[in-house]
Amino acid sequence: MSIPLPLFIAVPLVIAFLLPLFGKKGKAAATVLANLATISLLVFAVVSIGRTEVYEVGKWSIPLGINLVLDGLSSLMLLAISVVSAAAMLFSARYMEQYTAKAKYLSLFLLMVAGMNGVALSGDIFNLFVFLEIASLASYALVGFGCEHEELEASFKYMVLGTIASIFILFAIALVYGNTGTLNMAYISKAIQNSGLNAGLKFALALFIVGFGLKAALVPFHAWLPDAHPSAPAPISAMLSGILIKTLGVYALARVVFNIFGVSVTIGWLLIVLGLLSMVAGAFLAIGQWDLKRLMAYSSISQVGYVILGVGLGATLIAEGADLAWASLAILAGLFHLVNHAVYKSLLFLTSGSVEMATGTRQLKDLGGLAERLPFTRTTCTVASASIVGIPPFSGFWSKLILVIAAVQAQFYWIAAVIVFVSLCTLIMYLKVQRYVFLGELPENLRQVKENKGSMLVAMVFLACLCVLMGLLVLVPGLKQAILDPAVQVLTDGLKYSADVMGM
Amino acid sequence: MKGMTIIVKTVSSWVKVLIVLFGIYIILFGHLTPGGGFAGGVILASSYVLLMLAFGREFVQKDLPLALDSKLDCLGAFFFALIAILGLVFSGVFFVNFLYQKYLPGQPLKLISAGTIPLSNIAIGLKVGASLFLVIFLLSTFRRDTSAGR
Amino acid sequence: MPYALCFLLFMLGLYCAVVKKNMVKIVIGIMVMEYAVNLFLVMLGYRSGGTAPIIDKTQFDPATQQIAAGFLNTSVDPLPQALVLTAIVISLGSLALMISICVRTYEKYGTFDITQIRRLKG
Repeated sequence: MSIPLPLFIAVPLVIAFLLPLFGKKGKAAATVLANLATISLLVFAVVSIGRTEVYEVGKWSIPLGINLVLDGLSSLMLLAISVVSAAAMLFSARYMEQYTAKAKYLSLFLLMVAGMNGVALSGDIFNLFVFLEIASLASYALVGFGCEHEELEASFKYMVLGTIASIFILFAIALVYGNTGTLNMAYISKAIQNSGLNAGLKFALALFIVGFGLKAALVPFHAWLPDAHPSAPAPISAMLSGILIKTLGVYALARVVFNIFGVSVTIGWLLIVLGLLSMVAGAFLAIGQWDLKRLMAYSSISQVGYVILGVGLGATLIAEGADLAWASLAILAGLFHLVNHAVYKSLLFLTSGSVEMATGTRQLKDLGGLAERLPFTRTTCTVASASIVGIPPFSGFWSKLILVIAAVQAQFYWIAAVIVFVSLCTLIMYLKVQRYVFLGELPENLRQVKENKGSMLVAMVFLACLCVLMGLLVLVPGLKQAILDPAVQVLTDGLKYSADVMGM
Repeated sequence: MKGMTIIVKTVSSWVKVLIVLFGIYIILFGHLTPGGGFAGGVILASSYVLLMLAFGREFVQKDLPLALDSKLDCLGAFFFALIAILGLVFSGVFFVNFLYQKYLPGQPLKLISAGTIPLSNIAIGLKVGASLFLVIFLLSTFRRDTSAGR
Repeated sequence: MPYALCFLLFMLGLYCAVVKKNMVKIVIGIMVMEYAVNLFLVMLGYRSGGTAPIIDKTQFDPATQQIAAGFLNTSVDPLPQALVLTAIVISLGSLALMISICVRTYEKYGTFDITQIRRLKG
């Protein structure tokens, strides 16, 4: 049975509009309804694997109407979004009891999920901008949700930089419309293939890279992330770091560069340089941090650098006309690392939320010896740390291995050396977390902490099992062909996107 | 915030009716003349802002309590989403203008034409009016001397 | 030539958002940038000597249900106008959120100066 595509956007949106009607007395009913929404989205996403479809909204045919496109890359992103949001919503059923106004929090959360689904499915470039703004505005409000001193300051900084990025993206869309006369992505791609890039379109591409790079927190534009992610409540940090910066930043950038404008050697090298800078700067800045969530936020910057490095390496190899097998291997590494990082970084932020709820502090110097008091948190945090460092049977090892093999095969040996070096730095920072939080002496005031059971536990265990099992996505050939290969194919045959959409 | 003099209060209670009427006209004729849901909603909100400036905030809070306003806001948005889903139910594709194509085509350039577009305009006008009024009312609680310090 | 003036307005807004130290001035700078982009988008659809893209009784013949032939040749492009309407609504929502964060920050810190609101460092 095939799910109509607009249901991915309509279900969270309608439930988000209904939730503020519940008020204070219906808080339990509101939580159950919101959890039903995210779990049903997960079921929809799993059922839609392997299907490709172009859905014309309102029966207006393109280029007059707006279409929603489901291809390999979109279905991969929908799967990742629904897994992370289901886990975060389960976690927040118990974690958000310490805040007031829970119904409004759930409504904003579902708006953010609806916006991200819209970005993943959109086939029209202005529609992408509108859904990007919906998701961004919901996230600005959620970062400052607690209304304490630091949260408001972090939310203001995030909001100013995010709005400037959105204005750059709108300016670039205006330039593209002025030069090609249409807004549908397939038609823009065909017009650019027919007439080539003039000065206006090159400026538009530069503005797109700056705008989406700011949303993805690449290194010259990362200044908002170390303040915004620690100040948000823990499930929101998991959503922001795990999936929002990747959908609004990396996915949109890949769609615009590979499918609409077409790759060139300059753009590929620009992406490689940005990826390398992010990896190295993020890793160095993270080692010196003493706040648990700030360290994890800097490590997010570093890991998104891996994804951009993989995608950029693929772009350079395609543009130089080299063997397509190595290009698709590099892009496979980048996309697989994207999905892996979504799962284990959100698990890390959820465990940090559990530690904070139990002990009331986030500073590494005040914690210690919590291994016996919080056993489940300790186990899941160790699984996630092993994944992010890259220890063999867990999922992170496979994506880093494929990236190193791709770099070596393309004869960029220095890139492979940098990747291994940054993995060593990641090992150092997570050993620091383990030693200061779980091993060592238990301070006096923390003798009485207890584990928080219930829905928080279910969410963390679910994500930990996924961490262990995700390695099977590349090892078992059937799963790889069903889930990862179509996504890689969309990016390597970049310019065939327009022919596919117009032909369907 | 106190109200203003008696002249301002009398005149503004007459002018308020005209503003609401103009806002409803802009919403209802949105498919024929420029305007539509958003512009009409802003005009409806501005009539309540005129009341707030002339009579004081406590009067407006008794007149239109904030809880009711918040519920009107949600209902407007839900009604708009309901129109879109009814398109899916009646015609198989999301957001189709099902009234125009099957049930009620109407004649061009008259008030009853263009299917579900006037209904969408009414829903948007309700939502925008309610939420803009809520924003302006809540932002006006700012006082210069309530700095809580660091 | 009008496009260059639009770009100049955009640069003025960007300068204001980057250099100023008062929070409300930063918000005003962002709004000026937003107006510049909306203006650029509307100007893209302009055609010199064009009319407004509204069909009324003079262009519509009810007997044959046809639009007058000259309408398509003289009207300006209505699609950028619809895009600008959407962009104005988005910027209204974003402005409301930014101002309310400024108000709450003033209540907590007591100042609008961003060089003194620096608890998060490193």
